[in-house]
Amino acid sequence: MTGLRTWLLPHRIVMIALFAALVLWCAMTLRWDWIPKYTPLAIEGIWRTLWILAVTTVLGFLLAVPLGLAQAIGPWYLSTPARIFCTIIRGTPLLLQIWLIYYGLGSLFPQFPWIKDSSLWPYLRQAWPYAVLALTLSYAGYEGEVMRGAFAGVPRGQLEAAEAFGMPRFTKFRRIWLPQAIQSALPTLGGETILQLKATPLVATIAIVEIYAVSSRVRQDTFIVYEPLLLLAVVYLVIAGLLAFAFRKLEERVPAKGH
Amino acid sequence: MATAAMTTRPAQASAADEAIRVEDLHKSFGKLEVLKGVSLTAKKGDVVAIIGGSGSGKSTCLRCINFLETPSSGRIIIGGEEIVLRPDGTPANRRQIERVRSRLGMVFQAFNLWTHRTLIENVTEVPVHVLGVPKAEAHDRAMALLERVGLAEKANVYPSFLSGGQQQRAAIARALAIEPSVMLFDEPTSALDPELVGEVLTVIRDLAAEGRTMILVTHEMNFAREVSDHVIYLYEGRIEEEGPPDQVFGAPRSDRLKQFLKTVA
Repeated sequence: MTGLRTWLLPHRIVMIALFAALVLWCAMTLRWDWIPKYTPLAIEGIWRTLWILAVTTVLGFLLAVPLGLAQAIGPWYLSTPARIFCTIIRGTPLLLQIWLIYYGLGSLFPQFPWIKDSSLWPYLRQAWPYAVLALTLSYAGYEGEVMRGAFAGVPRGQLEAAEAFGMPRFTKFRRIWLPQAIQSALPTLGGETILQLKATPLVATIAIVEIYAVSSRVRQDTFIVYEPLLLLAVVYLVIAGLLAFAFRKLEERVPAKGH
Repeated sequence: MATAAMTTRPAQASAADEAIRVEDLHKSFGKLEVLKGVSLTAKKGDVVAIIGGSGSGKSTCLRCINFLETPSSGRIIIGGEEIVLRPDGTPANRRQIERVRSRLGMVFQAFNLWTHRTLIENVTEVPVHVLGVPKAEAHDRAMALLERVGLAEKANVYPSFLSGGQQQRAAIARALAIEPSVMLFDEPTSALDPELVGEVLTVIRDLAAEGRTMILVTHEMNFAREVSDHVIYLYEGRIEEEGPPDQVFGAPRSDRLKQFLKTVA
């Protein structure tokens, strides 16, 4: 009831009315007749965007944990390479990384017969393994830095309590250190995951047909410029909104005072 | 057990009785020598109170017993088992340290409850994930312990929503959950608002009354006098004076202790 009432505040009603008018105007005056023809392709594109995002963030995070840990407490021979990796990834454009990996590795691999003859070759001939690799490394580089701070930020007393009760090192890491580091990093990770979503259109440059590429296809085929881009913006907004909602739910799992 | 102890030679009998023996403990932080040869013994059922001014080394001494600090030299024997140390004082056998620690119930000045877990999860954490107690059994025992410290209705609350006194009582329940042979208290009431000290002391007093072995570092002189069997006064890393509480507090011999008791009274 209170939820409904907050929507009925005067300024909200005005905003909603304006928004409805805008949508109506768009629907009436712009051209949408191309939608039915491209719907199957668009669904495919959205699906591709989503799985690229899911796979690269999950794999990237799995890499970020050791990268962060190495920088936070690792000996120099682990922390230095980890720091160099994060610096290079964060210091160069993602577009450049994608191209270097796709054109670089992609042209290097065929020179080795054992790769060309391997059962992986049918996959390595396609573009998506390189896109997934580049986006994974990128997410790992940024999140490795985030996790470094998160690991270092867990209060000493929390870990001392674990040690004082005889927790073996890995149990302490799995039960206390990692969960607390992730919890404190969640707001940042949520934002970075939305940034990762908005980085996925870059893979369209190596001929992967995700949702951005679909909108380009519509423009090329029909010479309609605005409408596909508007719809594309809505698609990204919806996905980003769902991500933000999911991360907020994750954060709320451990309630903290003052929230 | 008691009769067996009486028929053997006195030295062995006392060794079997000992919960903790510390011999000639030294600890330096860089050039600063904090402990300059401290020895203490706690027999089973003893309550040993360690008092002293700030910087006297009393917390460091307690933290060396479960190796939260690495001793520089000395011997530490817990339940008749000597901790094997390397020449630099670090424990030689990590497994041994973990096993011994899981029988020492540590209570910290700053509580150190795990903030990402509810009270009941804090109390079941070590029994389930270190000692291998079945979850249902650990849960029932944890509820009984929370009941005992008066926090049963807060079982599913996160620590940050509780007062300091409640957190410290929960921390005591967490330490009791491992069924410790010795409880170690590191200034358990020093971080508390004055009106919350009493509820924590009441819990500790009950534990002393039921015959638990405890080593208690504290600033609460009246409390130390009331519950302890043996009081150790540390001054600049050495034992300046020790004895039964009535003697240490009632008839102190050393001038430094007299001075100390005057300033904290």
